[in-house]
Amino acid sequence: MSTVSQVSQSHPFYPPRSVLTVRRRISNMLAIVLTTISLLFTVSILLYLISYVLVQGLHFINLNFFTQVPTANGEPGGGMGQSVQGTLILVGLASLIGVPLGLFTGVYLSEFGRGRFAASIRFLVDVLTGIPTIIFGLFAWGLIVVPNHSFSGFAGGVALGIIIIPIVARTSEDVLRLVPRETREASLALGATESHTILRVVIPSALNGIITGIILAMARVAGETAPLIMTAFGTTYWNADITQPTDALPLGIYNFSHSPYHEQVNQAYAGAFILIMLIFLTSFAVRWVTKGFQQINR
Amino acid sequence: MIRSAWLKNFRGMRPSDLIFRAVTLLMVFVVIAIVVGVAWILVVDSMPTIRQAGFSFLTRQDFDPVHDIYGVLPAIYGTLVTSAFALIFGIPIGVGTAIFLVEYCPRPLRIPLAFFADLLAAIPSVVFGLWGFLILARWLQPTGQPWLQLHLGFLPFFKGPPLGVGILAAGMVLTIMILPLIVAVSREVMLTVPRSQREALQALGATRWEVVRYAVLPLSRVGIFGGIILALGRALGETMAVTMVIGNQATKPSLSLFDTGYTLSSVIANQFGEATPGLFLSALVEAGLLVFLITMITNIIARVLISRLGRRYVPGGKV
Amino acid sequence: MEQEQKVAVHVEHLNAWYRKTQALYDINLTIAPLSVTALIGPSGCGKSTILRCLNRMHEEVPGASAAGLVQIEGVNIYARSIKPMYVRLHIGMVFQQPNPLPTRSIWENVAIGAQINGLAKGKALHERVEHSLRQAALWDEVKDRLHSSATTLSGGQQQRLCIARALAIEPKILLMDEPASALDPESTFKIEELIQELKKQYTVVIVTHNMQQAARIGDITAFFLKGYVIEVGETQQLFTRPQQQETEYYVTGRFS
Repeated sequence: MSTVSQVSQSHPFYPPRSVLTVRRRISNMLAIVLTTISLLFTVSILLYLISYVLVQGLHFINLNFFTQVPTANGEPGGGMGQSVQGTLILVGLASLIGVPLGLFTGVYLSEFGRGRFAASIRFLVDVLTGIPTIIFGLFAWGLIVVPNHSFSGFAGGVALGIIIIPIVARTSEDVLRLVPRETREASLALGATESHTILRVVIPSALNGIITGIILAMARVAGETAPLIMTAFGTTYWNADITQPTDALPLGIYNFSHSPYHEQVNQAYAGAFILIMLIFLTSFAVRWVTKGFQQINR
Repeated sequence: MIRSAWLKNFRGMRPSDLIFRAVTLLMVFVVIAIVVGVAWILVVDSMPTIRQAGFSFLTRQDFDPVHDIYGVLPAIYGTLVTSAFALIFGIPIGVGTAIFLVEYCPRPLRIPLAFFADLLAAIPSVVFGLWGFLILARWLQPTGQPWLQLHLGFLPFFKGPPLGVGILAAGMVLTIMILPLIVAVSREVMLTVPRSQREALQALGATRWEVVRYAVLPLSRVGIFGGIILALGRALGETMAVTMVIGNQATKPSLSLFDTGYTLSSVIANQFGEATPGLFLSALVEAGLLVFLITMITNIIARVLISRLGRRYVPGGKV
Repeated sequence: MEQEQKVAVHVEHLNAWYRKTQALYDINLTIAPLSVTALIGPSGCGKSTILRCLNRMHEEVPGASAAGLVQIEGVNIYARSIKPMYVRLHIGMVFQQPNPLPTRSIWENVAIGAQINGLAKGKALHERVEHSLRQAALWDEVKDRLHSSATTLSGGQQQRLCIARALAIEPKILLMDEPASALDPESTFKIEELIQELKKQYTVVIVTHNMQQAARIGDITAFFLKGYVIEVGETQQLFTRPQQQETEYYVTGRFS
């Protein structure tokens, strides 16, 4: 059999010379070009945004940031110490409130819930996820701030806690469902009670995923501003009393961002740096722990 | 096990199980109570304004605490315009990016880019607002807006003095914020298209784009649309970033993007500190009620659309 | 040049890989025109891989590659100057699982190959669709509902729809990858009948894991094992008097 090394132009395996061929090639090229441009735009804008804030913020991070509170009238120095303190307190409080509620709801949905009641609970949880967080601020405001005639860290913690509930509920449910039925059955067959099975067997096997969900929820609320505006309200003094107005990092950033004093604006950048780093670190850690770097292959 | 069977097991249960189930159920009820409570507080605390203004709340233009007249039409307008802007630009760029990531992206870049996109969805809005206010707005005023006015000033969208902050800035920030969401949802939906569909087109001699157009996109349409509605919901409810760049002052109604304005959420965030008890506050709460209703509806629609593909997706931030 | 007309496909020294794993080793094979060539062998032997190399679909799998000579009508389709897209235009492929486009109607499914490639328009296109559906023995069953969705068809009908779709581009060669393995016995029978008709007009290469099917419908059978072609021959002969030990083991059911 001879090998044809040269192919004539008129051979059928060559594209026909026609308008359609050209049009197809053009639309194919156009598709590549346009989608590449879209990607470049998306990536570069976001990359630019994040790196600008990071670089600016890194510049102004120093010990004072964490150890001092804002100075009066633009005097040099000062920091956002009370914001950091407040964030720690508020996130802790929110977790105390939201994590048990979320976790038990997740346990319910995974272990007990069947039928329409469970379906409506799941629906409610999903509804909660979609509500803009400022609404929870309004809720906590009406429930706690108004009757007590005072802004308080407690109200802020409640508002943030509500945000945590659906996140933890959903991730816990998903992760608990993955525990194989055999594990539960084995425990029950050995004579353990249902509660023992769930608490000492099922939950521990899903612990990785549950903790992941909790950490992500905490990182999420650490960045929330809107619900705190009418609950914790913010302050420029050290404050560990949750019955009093409490500051938080995002609140501080918000307030300082339009401050007339350069130094405070710089501190806002520094605060943003911390927030972004927090998100980076938790996302990275979570992925690393759950080995979520694998991608769906098609 | 339906609930009545649950209770029937009552007597056969060990005390520890009973307590555990009771506690679990209690927690669930607290969550239900919270959801109901949110709606309740919103309605109750906006009652004064509802009673006073009724429907005119939605149609009046003045938000005048001094005279106790409250109308949120400009706020509704601002919410709709900024969200529309974000969708108009966010959809083509977001879907285009997703198509690139699924079809054309070189293998080694895929995972890092996907990780990057997910990361961005988690950045707090105050950071976007900070960037928008200190950098974007400050660029728009001397450079961006004048350029637009110079070249496209005949359009009604670009009239008026360049202030930097305003609807344009808010729209731009919002676009950037919903991009990761649209990209993530579109990408996930497109990845679920079975390979057999692509192969069918490939075997017929289709170009790469034709494979996307005839095999991938038709099956992804519904899911992508659901993602768009999710993004819309996020845009409608976005508070901080918008508040920080929109200028928060109503102007005479016009089509110009250079105007300042406010949205339903930004008016709440902005005015809360200064609100006096009474009609002022209840007006703000009513604005919140509106936001609540609007976002609930869009989220339900989105969920229905996406679940038609048999998947559960999370709005408001991927976990 | 006369020799080229006696041969539909000529494969010489073909090797194929999935990333670093080699799947085909130095394949030499000749497919006769207007006949049915059956490719048999145990799973993983490479029979589907070689099939996909014939229309350059193999390289669509991420990381997959192939090298060698595959001559169709005297042209090496692996020549550098040739684009896979235009090779596939002349070769029809039917897959194991029927894969009609679910969002499109029956008519649109059949027409799409011809439409994309601009092979016919308007009335000519409609005639082409009808002709292909007749050839696929599906016309009578669907002629009254050409515009209903392709998903309203049964599995066997969907597969015949996919065959019609492949035929609509008037291919020189029809490749079939276990076309009946996902179907019930009655549909399988119909498809086997169909293939016997089709071979009068098209060169058919069919991969099957069902030896009896190969014996029934294949004119020539090629037996593959672990990426090598072990034996090729006239079907009757291969099954009754195999020349290689491995072939005998396979056709007698020692391993599958």
